[in-house]
Order: sequence, then structure tokens, then C-alpha cells
Amino acid sequence: MARYILKRLLQSIPLLLGIVTVTFFMIRLAPGDPMGMYLEPQRQRQVDPEVIELIRKRYGLDQPIHVQYVRWIANVVRGDFGESFRHRRPVNRLLAEAIPYTLQLTVLVLLFDALFGIALGIISAVKQYSALDKTVTLSSLIIYAIPGFWLALMLVLVFSVQVNWFPTSQTRSMDYDFLSSGGKVLDRLWHLVLPVFVMGVASAAGTARYMRNRLLEVLNEEYVVAARARGFPERTVIVKHAVRNALIPIVTIYGLSLPFLLGGATIIESIFAWPGMGRLTVEAVGGRDYPIIMATTMMAATLTVLGNLLADVALTVVDPRVSLEGKPRAP
Amino acid sequence: MVPGVGHLVLGRRQLGVHLLVYTLIVLGVLGWRWGRFAHAFTTTAVDQWVAALFLVASLVGAVGFSVWDVRRIARRPARPHEGKSPMRIAMRRFRANALAVASVYVILLLYLVAILAPLLAPHDPATIEHVLETRYLAPSWAHLMGTDEFGRDLLSRAIYGARISLSIGLLAMLVAKLIGTTYGAIAGYAGGWVDNVMMRAVDVVIAFPTFYLMLMLVGVFEANILVLVLILGLTAWPGTARFIRGEFLSLKEQEFIESARGIGLPPYRIILKHLIPSALSPVLVSAAFSVAGMIGAEAGLSFLGLGIRPPTPSWGNMVSAGQDALLVAWWVAFFPGALLAAVLISFSLLADGLRDALDPKALMRRYV
Repeated sequence: MARYILKRLLQSIPLLLGIVTVTFFMIRLAPGDPMGMYLEPQRQRQVDPEVIELIRKRYGLDQPIHVQYVRWIANVVRGDFGESFRHRRPVNRLLAEAIPYTLQLTVLVLLFDALFGIALGIISAVKQYSALDKTVTLSSLIIYAIPGFWLALMLVLVFSVQVNWFPTSQTRSMDYDFLSSGGKVLDRLWHLVLPVFVMGVASAAGTARYMRNRLLEVLNEEYVVAARARGFPERTVIVKHAVRNALIPIVTIYGLSLPFLLGGATIIESIFAWPGMGRLTVEAVGGRDYPIIMATTMMAATLTVLGNLLADVALTVVDPRVSLEGKPRAP
Repeated sequence: MVPGVGHLVLGRRQLGVHLLVYTLIVLGVLGWRWGRFAHAFTTTAVDQWVAALFLVASLVGAVGFSVWDVRRIARRPARPHEGKSPMRIAMRRFRANALAVASVYVILLLYLVAILAPLLAPHDPATIEHVLETRYLAPSWAHLMGTDEFGRDLLSRAIYGARISLSIGLLAMLVAKLIGTTYGAIAGYAGGWVDNVMMRAVDVVIAFPTFYLMLMLVGVFEANILVLVLILGLTAWPGTARFIRGEFLSLKEQEFIESARGIGLPPYRIILKHLIPSALSPVLVSAAFSVAGMIGAEAGLSFLGLGIRPPTPSWGNMVSAGQDALLVAWWVAFFPGALLAAVLISFSLLADGLRDALDPKALMRRYV
């Protein structure tokens, strides 16, 4: 197993290299000077030409492109993504600050999704065509299709503006510092409710649909019929046999949602003024803050590659029929 | 001569009713907006000409098709029984799905409204006058969706916004599917090292999460409509490419392809006339889902201020503008978003219907 993981990691290196290369050349494609990476185009005109030359030399921009490329890779490997234009601080510091906030949201969303999505999917499949099933199916389709930002705004409208049950934005209240420590925790949680709920509901809707379809497929399989014939109570048949098998591809899906952990909340974060990775990226894109854009994109792509690996390994663990090499194992 | 009547008389009720209703709608719009229609031919605005010519073409087309088709049917002898080609079976299954059919109508209606926007919009979406008196008016008969912070009629803006959002969605999907299919076809048909190299490139692009890739491209390039369509299309083509390539790899070995090669068909003909049609059904389903995704992505980008920028109306940036006014004018954020939701739901239902209709396994399910 460890050897397989190592092998896969080594195989991913060309892919990761490709990702870094693509991001490197993206910036060269941008209209304007690659100097834009280190000094915003607007400010270039205000700065003394000699200073610009100095900056060029400092960052090696007067060097031929392959030298710059190697430098870029060396920097990336060391974790040095340069400095943000607008914040004037090292990018990795900004990332380190933003990531925990995003994780607060996305981890809770995944939990919400797993809890409600799977449960609803199971119930829906077991009681197929019942009123509950029809409600769940239709509403999950609707919720899944509705644009997330609109759903968020509508929920904010109803629950924050009209009824004032929940705060409209931010991670904490204005008087946070004056609260007791228990109060602080509660305040944070209170602010988390709406963002997590919005993302969680949309996500759970998708999972419920998928789980329902999967379970319906599984319930037609022979081993379910066999289990029933052997006299197991229906509950055992469903939970121990059907559900476990139905869950298998869902595990892969969760493995693949690794990039979601850091990047999935972009729009929600913008709406709720949540200081996480998503909002950082959006502001960077709007302000043409290239260092941040490059860094977040590369991180997201790397996580996708790792997520694929995780999903594959998890699948092997969960499904005994699948072997790492892709050959069917003896049952 | 009246479109549809001929078909009704001959017993082709569905076609007849559709033709008749459509012609009535076109005539209705012509009558209601005659002034604007006539005026359109005097302006240089392209969109007005497009809308006006579209109406004319619809009328001519409906009459012409009606006459031609009725004549064609009258000439033929009556068919002893209906053909059971897979396409027919799929169409019939699709039509049995009420939700899917309804979605088709909704989508077609919205696209029609989008094309005819200059004729249909009650007010000019861009005129700003007497702002203090007209800003943030609640929905009323004069302004069915209310007004925004500059006093512009929201219904008109929504109609014009429909043009942007719907056309970007459709075009971006076409770009993605065309590029993806071509790329995948070449890779799958060629096989060997060509396939290997091409798929490595696909792997690199797929590694970037879609939305992030879009964000990065938008951050690097200026976001006008054309660039946006390209960006959206360029982020989505790898999925199709992978799928087509997989299908081609397996289909290539089948006998009908071998025999096609045997009789000397050139590769491009094999690909176009045999391989692609066989792989088509899942691509169609995926295309329907994809349009929804593209419209949603454009809306999301515009909402964040990174896509279509104001004052050009796009449903996304209209919702964003409404966010500031949530407390005083909920309708500014509500209506564009509701329209978006309606379109996305319709496309999802359409795609679901297509998938169920084209599903080969469903054929067997009747006997289980």
C-alpha cells in the first residue's frame, strides 16, 4: 500500500510540473509586461525607470525565459509565492491566515452533507415513490439547480433581514471581544449557521440524489435478494448489506472533494464577507493581484491531484473487489 | 396556407397545434409592437434588425414549411406502421416525461423572449432619468419587476440580461463540446502515442478545479462577452474529450468500423458518419447539463464582479446590485435570481429527461 502511494505520488510529479508550468505561462500571456507579476501596471508608470530596471534585475526578469522558469519552480517548491500587490505581504502568510476560516466552513459543510445527504438518500430509496421520496427528489433537484448565491441571498433576506435570527455577515459580532469565552464560541457558531446551511443544503441535495440512485441500483442486485431469502430482518438487509455497497462510490466522491475544502466556498465567502481563501482569490482576481491568483490556483490544482489519489486509495480500502493495480482480486 | 391548419386536417395534431400556436404568437407580437417593429428597420442597431428579421423569418418559415410539409405528406401513401428507430423510441419516451417537455417549452420561450428583446422590453433598460423619483420602486403595473437603484425598469433589464446570460451559456457549451469532441475524436481514433500525449495535456487541464481555472483566466484576460464565452468553453472541453476518446477507443474495434475501413472509407468519414453518431447520446445529455453549468458559471462570475460588468445587464450582476439593497428593495435581487433558477431548473429537468429517454438500460427495465 505504501509502495503504491509512493508510486502514485511519483507519477503525479509530471502532472504537478505541468500545472506549475501552465500557471507560469499564464502570467506571461497576460496583456502587458510580466513585470505585472511584481509591480502593478498602473504603478509602473509612476515609478522612476531606473527603479523599474532595478526591480527587473532583482526578480530576474531580464534573464532569458528558461532561467526565469527555473527560478519560479525553485520558489514554488520552497513555498515562496512572492508578495501580494495590494496587501504588500508574503502570499504564503496571507494563505495561512485565510485557510483556517475556509476550513471552518467547508469541513462543517461536508459533515452536514454526509449526515443529511446520505440519510435522506437512503430513506428516499427505501421508501421509493412515497410522498417523502417525491418531495425529496423534486426539492433536491430544485435546490441543486438553483444558483448558490441567489439561494444564499434569499435565505439571508428571510432569516437575517426580515426575522433577524442570524447575522448577515462576518465571522464574529462587533462586541466579540467583550464576550465571555463561552460566549465567544457561541458567537462564532451563530455566525457559522447561515453560510454552512446554504452550502450544506445545496451539497446535501446533490448527495441525496446520488445516494438514492445508487441505493436503488444496489437494491436490485442479487445479494440483496439473497439476504432477504436468508431471512434477515429488512433493517439488516438494508443497512448492513445494501447501504454499505451503495456507499462505495460515494467514498470516492468525498475523496475527490479535497479541493472543495479550500476552494468551494468562493461565492458564499464573498456574500458573507468571510475572510477565507475564496474571498481572497476573488479580491485578487478583481484587483489583478497576480501572486495570489497564481498561488491559489496552483494550490487548488495540486489538491485536485492529491484528491484523486486519495479517492483511488480509499476505494481500494472500502471495496475489497478493487485492487490497486486494477486487476480484480480473488473474492 | 395558414400554418398548422393543414397538418391538423391531415391528422398530424401535434405538429399542427405547434405551428398554429407559434404563428399566432408571432402575429401577436407583430400586432402589439408594430410601431417598434417598423422602426427597427430604420435604425442601425444590429439587435433590432435581428429581432425584426427573426419575426419575419418565423412567419415566412412557418407558412413555407407548412405548405411544403402538407404537400409532402399528401403525396406519400399512408405508412403501414411506424418505424421503431432508436431515435423514435427515445423521442416517445421523452415526450412521456411531462416535466421534461414543460422544460423545453420554458426554455424555448425564454430564448424567444431573449431574441425579441428590443421589441418586447417595456422600457429602455439603460435610460436613467428622474432618478430620485424612480429609484427602488416596488413592483407595480408600470414596472412589473420594480426598478433598481438608478430607476431603470427591472423587467426590461431582465429581458436584456436574458440575452446575455442565455446566449453565453449556449455558445460556451457549443465551444466546449466542439473542441472536446474534435480533440477526443482525434486522440481516440489515432491511438498510440498521439493519444497518450493528448491525454496528458487533458490531465493537466482537468487538474485545475473548474471555477478556479475560470477565475484565473478571468484574472489574466479582460472579461468581455467573447472572452467570457471562450474562457467558459475552454474550461469544460476536457470532460467531453475524455469521454469521446474512451468511446472511440472501444468503438474502433467493432465490426462495423472494420468493415467501413475495409471498403475504403477515409478516416474523416468514418469518424463523422459512424463513430460520432454512435457516441452521441451521452454527449447530448451532457450538453444539456453543460448549458446549465455555463449559465450558472457566468452568473456566478458576474455576481462576483468578474464577468459581465455593469451597466450591461446580466442576471448575475443584477443580483449582485440587489445585494446592497436587500433591506429596502428585495425585488432587485429576487427577480433576476428567480429567472436564473427557473432556467437552470429547466435545463436540469431537460437533461434528466434526455438521459432517461436515451438510456439503453431502460429498454430492458420493462421486462424486469
